Amino acid sequence: MKARFLTLGPTKSRIEIVEAGKGRDLLFLHGAGGHMRDDPLIATLSTKYRVVAPLLPGYGRSTGEDGLRDMLDVTLHALDVLAALDLKKPIVVGHSMGGMIAAEMAAVAPSEVAKLCLLAPAGLWLDEHPVADIFSKLPYELPELLFHDGELGRRLLASGGNMDDPEFLKQFLVMNARRLGMAGKILFPIPDRGLVQRLYRITARTLIVWGAADALIPPVYGHAFKKAISGSKLVKVAKAGHAVGHEKPAAVLAAIRDFF
Amino acid sequence: MKFTWFHLMPWPHMPDDFRQKHRSVWVDLPSRMYEPERGHGIYHEYLDQLEFAEQVGFDGIGVNEHHANAYGLMPSPNIMAATLTRRTSKVALVVLGNSIALYNPPLRVAEEFAMLDVLSGGRLVAGFPVGTSMDTNYAYGTIPALTREKYAEAHDLIRKAWAADEPFAFNGRYTKLRYVNCWPKPIQRPAPPIFIPGGGSVETYDFCIDNTYSYSYLSYSGYLRAKLLMEGYWQRVAERKVDESPYRAGFAQVICVADTDAEAERLYGPHVNYFYNRCLHIYPGFADAPGYRTVKTIQTGALSQFTQAAARNYPNMTWKDLTEGRYVIAGSPETVRQQMEEMIKTLRVGNVFCLLHLGNMPDDKVRHSTRLFAEKVMPHLRNLWPDWNNHDDRFWVHPMSERLAFKAAAE
Repeated sequence: MKARFLTLGPTKSRIEIVEAGKGRDLLFLHGAGGHMRDDPLIATLSTKYRVVAPLLPGYGRSTGEDGLRDMLDVTLHALDVLAALDLKKPIVVGHSMGGMIAAEMAAVAPSEVAKLCLLAPAGLWLDEHPVADIFSKLPYELPELLFHDGELGRRLLASGGNMDDPEFLKQFLVMNARRLGMAGKILFPIPDRGLVQRLYRITARTLIVWGAADALIPPVYGHAFKKAISGSKLVKVAKAGHAVGHEKPAAVLAAIRDFF
Repeated sequence: MKFTWFHLMPWPHMPDDFRQKHRSVWVDLPSRMYEPERGHGIYHEYLDQLEFAEQVGFDGIGVNEHHANAYGLMPSPNIMAATLTRRTSKVALVVLGNSIALYNPPLRVAEEFAMLDVLSGGRLVAGFPVGTSMDTNYAYGTIPALTREKYAEAHDLIRKAWAADEPFAFNGRYTKLRYVNCWPKPIQRPAPPIFIPGGGSVETYDFCIDNTYSYSYLSYSGYLRAKLLMEGYWQRVAERKVDESPYRAGFAQVICVADTDAEAERLYGPHVNYFYNRCLHIYPGFADAPGYRTVKTIQTGALSQFTQAAARNYPNMTWKDLTEGRYVIAGSPETVRQQMEEMIKTLRVGNVFCLLHLGNMPDDKVRHSTRLFAEKVMPHLRNLWPDWNNHDDRFWVHPMSERLAFKAAAE
């Protein structure tokens, strides 16, 4: 994996782009947690595709988050990044918050997104199945929330720090303030910014992938997306939680290869 | 010195096993615990105590705004202040304050504060807090990272609404109004004195200095731990080359007065314990929503008082720990006087928000402690800032001297 930078827009935001692999272009949009260290999903996808993974402002070394306040800002930003990358008919893959952004891009600019893969996307809300409140969670709670295999989650997230330790607490708050502060603009307090009324506009061939044991956004949301996006296919991955691509990267790669 | 008797108005009937049964006193505590019929008597007892504080000579009486919690039962402090305008005549009404980012449109605050100032004859001190993260983000749904921008815009609107004598248009990002026209307007011109609760961010220091607002540090961890933060403020005041009036700053202090030190522990120990262990029992995940504080502020290490409370080991702190660590100033009038003087001089504050009601303290104890403080402590602390004539006109109320007679339209 290597990183490069784009400079975008009138505010000259600096966008970090992680790239890996060779093959057909695949744009990957991360979830609210950002990229993991040696991200297992990007690594696996890059065995068959040229993965191009920009970091949203507020994440990693990307800047300019103060200029992004709402869903339209974020959607247009993502379309600007896509245009600047000059990719060849990429598969646009988004996980969780990134899936919400990818779906918005495909709905707002159908001509720009022809192949869409949503991994446990956020963006819908069902009163009977509330999405868990990620913002009030403490680090030690995240592995169980995001992974079917909590032990694996703990290893991958390297969290489980001690909130009673003021130094750890400070680091945790700084990281969260940037990342989840940005994510909160489209996900807080309810991750619904009206996507449901725009999904009909999507013309992309769409694959939806869900972890069967997703405790953050229950799999029932997969059916809601499938119903709203015509011609879409839903694949459930067994023994996988919300971080389906990180927990079962090979299964996700296989589903993408199979569909596209 | 200005002493404000401050009420938090907690729910006093949280059970003994509260901490074991509930993760938080705020945000997700089931409201079935609240009993409205009991609440009736509690509200009136609390309001009586605020009125009593005027009778014994406090300069101000204080109320504030919180939501979805048993820590403080004033979602609308303005309703409480309104009742107090009718039953008091001299004391300043310190509403600390209205969380201005939560009102839609925030013009509502300009209107209601103007109503309170007119009702009270110019006795309002207006507080503009950002609001705790529990209130602002979790209970009221404001997006954490946009809270401060929304706050700044609300502040701008309120000050313009008070200043203008003609309708005007306001094209904000969060509020758009074609006709801003604030009826009534406050008696105190151009605005009532304004206090800003702060928690250590440089931005708030500058905001207070720029606007001649008093910086109010509302902490429950006492003046020893507040010293660093207040030194930061005074350093900023010096850097900005403005005067160092102690009335530019205020501090909240838990105070318990009895005839002797031992008596103070006996009388107030259980209620102090209730306050620190039930009223401040906050789930850490609710204390600081990501984005609520700026990265710069977090990097300075200024955690919110509630984050601190969550990280601190209150359940294992004894009366001795709390008093010797000066979380609580408690004891005989002489003990309290000495420690209050040390606190006031150490922090250089002209305003003290006195927390003399704590947790589930019964009325007779509240009045006993309050009376002892007013009669045997306060008089000895009045002259601590002689260089400033013990008063700063910029940071206190300007009441009307007398009520204007209403002449009927017949004239």
